[in-house]
Amino acid sequence: MTSMTIRADNLTWGVGQKTIVRDVSLRVEKNETLGLIGPNGSGKSSLLRLLAGLKRPRSGQVEIEGQNIASLSRRALARQLAFVQQSAASDTNLSVRDVVKLGRTPHRSALSGWSSADEAAVAAAIARVDMVARRGQAWQTLSGGERQRVHIARALAQSPTIMFLDEPTNHLDIHHQIEILRMVRDLDLTSVVALHDLNLASMFCDRIAVMQNGALVACDLPSKVMTESLLHEVFRIKAEVSPDESSGRPHIRFCSE
Amino acid sequence: MLVALAFVVALATTIGDYRIGFGTVVLAISNGLGLTGADIPPIQESVVWDLRLSRALVAALSGAGLALCGAILQALLRNPLAEPFVLGVSAGASTGAVCVIVLGIGAGSLSLSMGAFAGAFSAFALVALLSNGATSGPNHTILAGVAAAQLFNALTSYIVTTSGNAQQARDVMFWLLGSFGGVRWPDFQLLILVIVFGLAVCLWMARTLDAFTFGDEDAAALGVPVARIRLVLFAVTAMITATIVSMVGAIGFVGLVVPHAARYIVGPLHLRLLPASAALGAVFMVLADIASRVVATQQTVPIGVVTALVGVPFFAIILYRARPST
Ligand SMILES: Nc1ncnc2c1ncn2[C@@H]1O[C@H](COP(=O)(O)OP(=O)(O)OP(=O)(O)O)[C@@H](O)[C@H]1O
Ligand SMILES: [Mg+2]
Repeated sequence: MTSMTIRADNLTWGVGQKTIVRDVSLRVEKNETLGLIGPNGSGKSSLLRLLAGLKRPRSGQVEIEGQNIASLSRRALARQLAFVQQSAASDTNLSVRDVVKLGRTPHRSALSGWSSADEAAVAAAIARVDMVARRGQAWQTLSGGERQRVHIARALAQSPTIMFLDEPTNHLDIHHQIEILRMVRDLDLTSVVALHDLNLASMFCDRIAVMQNGALVACDLPSKVMTESLLHEVFRIKAEVSPDESSGRPHIRFCSE
Repeated sequence: MLVALAFVVALATTIGDYRIGFGTVVLAISNGLGLTGADIPPIQESVVWDLRLSRALVAALSGAGLALCGAILQALLRNPLAEPFVLGVSAGASTGAVCVIVLGIGAGSLSLSMGAFAGAFSAFALVALLSNGATSGPNHTILAGVAAAQLFNALTSYIVTTSGNAQQARDVMFWLLGSFGGVRWPDFQLLILVIVFGLAVCLWMARTLDAFTFGDEDAAALGVPVARIRLVLFAVTAMITATIVSMVGAIGFVGLVVPHAARYIVGPLHLRLLPASAALGAVFMVLADIASRVVATQQTVPIGVVTALVGVPFFAIILYRARPST
């Protein structure tokens, strides 16, 4: 299959005696949006880091567009692949625009000037996350959700073909949550998004992968994955799942008992 | 900035125990450069050219180098308190110097500077080893630096207390606090090579340093080969610092504070911050050297004392003006 963009085989990773990601194999197709759900500590962030080549797996390998990422340079990888971290902090007081400009790092050489392509990518990315009015504002003065949007803009400015987002919506108000996820879905990008909101995952993701204790326990269409028994088993909750009236996607109602 | 630098250097060559007019100084310098052949007393010409000018220029380069290293380490270690000596370089240098002064290792064949340089580099090597070739995180590196510094300081104290006499201990302390007294042209030539090379490498990597803003892993996600860059930049800063320390002693404060002042003026992006730090460090150090000679004409006040005395008030002003508006 030529449309396969990301292909992970038997990924295992751990620290010391502890195995954190166990034997995960995964395929993501071109332009697909894959949701990644699972309880705290189930290994979502770790799996994303492995897929992005930020950690070296103990065993197994990751291929991107048919190339083993271990054989690519960091810079070559960063031109194809952007990563939005779960939390990224800094003491440095850059402006919003300067932070987004960092996204152009893999495309610029040490002494090359600022090209019109760079400028266009940065301007478009800032507009995309609705931060035009605040582009001159200092990083330290932004709210949590604004910071998150700036990080997403930086990833967009990288002009990647693949984007990994680790809980990109966890500081956002509901308007921006939906806005960002809609954007991720509609972009011509292959993306893997770790999410905690099951309804949002079910609304915006083409497929959903479920992690539990470091293992991948399911990876399929939302309607196949979001079942009452799976939610009970993985998240230890009681929920009612019914198809949404307009979209037909599963809608989850949590029961208080 | 360059004008300011030229001005303070000229000022530094004019001021001294032996009074020479400003006009004579300018003539002496242009004679030295081979531009003019003015007729001035040879002794005045020699004082200006051989003693004062070389001293002022070495001071300028030392200030530039220390400030540059400080700016780089603050970025790499993401710690505003980082300065050129966090990697244990000055402690290592003092141990090396003490070995030469007190123990007489090398028996005259090794100069004080060479001993200090060797000590500085062994300290750096130890830190690099302890922090797994700079692959582990910034805090790990800082701790390794602290450990190395403690070890070498203990070694120094041990050597001084067990085999030195009071005079030697005083020599060592003076040497450590820094002095531009003994520098001559050959020092300048070595130093300018090291600084120009170091500055070139650092400017080449300036944009890469910006990518460290949100941490090592984030820099890696932006395509930076983190471990390699860290190792190269640590080695370059260690080389610059070791050269300066072995020449003029461990002059504190400049490498810590000047980068903050520069950041306040030109902002945090390194393509501007690095040259600004270097220039500001140069001006500051020359001024401090002038102050050290003016304040106490008969004694030599160690330059490290002056940099702190002059620098702290400046720094206080910056801290006050840059305080977050609440
Ligand atoms: N470097 C590390 N050293 C030790 N343990 C680690 C390390 N990195 C992750 N872990 C552990 O591995 C487990 C998985 O972590 P991970 O961050 O991947 O979880 P997650 O699914 O992203 O959780 P969350 O929903 O809270 O973000 C956790 O129990 C964590 O404590
Ligand atoms: Mg996580």
